[in-house]
Amino acid sequence: MENLSISDHPPPPPGYQHQQQQQQQHGGAPPPGGQGMPHGHHPHPHPHPSLGRPPQPQHHPAQMFTTAAQLLDLTDKKLMVALRDGRKLLGILRSWDQFANLVLQNTKERIFVPPNTAGPDQTKGLYADIERGIFLVRGENVLLLGEIDLDKDDDAPPGYELADRKLVEELAKQKKQQDKLKEKKKVRKLGVEGFEGENLGEMLL
Amino acid sequence: MLFFSFFKTLIDHEVTVELKNDIRIRGVLKSVDQYLNIKLDNIQVVDELQYPHLSAVKNVFIRGSVVRYVHLPSGSVDVNLLEDATRREAANQAGKGK
Repeated sequence: MENLSISDHPPPPPGYQHQQQQQQQHGGAPPPGGQGMPHGHHPHPHPHPSLGRPPQPQHHPAQMFTTAAQLLDLTDKKLMVALRDGRKLLGILRSWDQFANLVLQNTKERIFVPPNTAGPDQTKGLYADIERGIFLVRGENVLLLGEIDLDKDDDAPPGYELADRKLVEELAKQKKQQDKLKEKKKVRKLGVEGFEGENLGEMLL
Repeated sequence: MLFFSFFKTLIDHEVTVELKNDIRIRGVLKSVDQYLNIKLDNIQVVDELQYPHLSAVKNVFIRGSVVRYVHLPSGSVDVNLLEDATRREAANQAGKGK
């Protein structure tokens, strides 16, 4: 599982090795780790049923479709991790396993407050960062991982501006309280109608 | 495994994934695995201003357990084939049970 990537070769079937060596001698093999090229497309100068790999229904190597391959491409990249409790973490992905348990380095927690939380004169949303250090996140708490476009990383999200951390924390707390009350009301009303809701008692943010 | 295989046929198509927290993310399906974790490229978030944390994100890995729906382009689904495959899978399962 260690060396899987979308851009890796699948292991050649027995009998294929010889042919590949020949190809290398003729300078026909692509450089290892080439980006983005599907590798089901090796030219087979002498196709032979016993030498060629079995026909593949798709032009994607099979190991591309594992959790490991998907996460490997994100390793050592700066990511935004959204957690089930609504937290947004920004950090560098250093390690992971098949359950999407994650280790993040240089983690910052970013808190957001939407416009109009503090009152009608707060026209812009606010955000602030809190340094958190190293995080080990249990996979079940992960909603999604997003690779951050480094070109856009330094810009504030549209409609938002950086604000004092204490202020944002305070407003976020208020907002959470309000949302909790709203959600409670909603769940109660739905409950009366006989609905059970997929996340009853646990709000996904 | 049927739906794992099915999603593999949709690789490189544009899909919209709706999460259990109501976020809808449209993007090109790049990969899927046995847990139906999904990787999307070139994402666009529907109702973007509501989700500022995704503004600088270009591709996402979504954990399968938090997906509510995947909206598919109807043109790229072969309904007859899918029906056939479903029945075959069901027959296989029934065969195993005996």
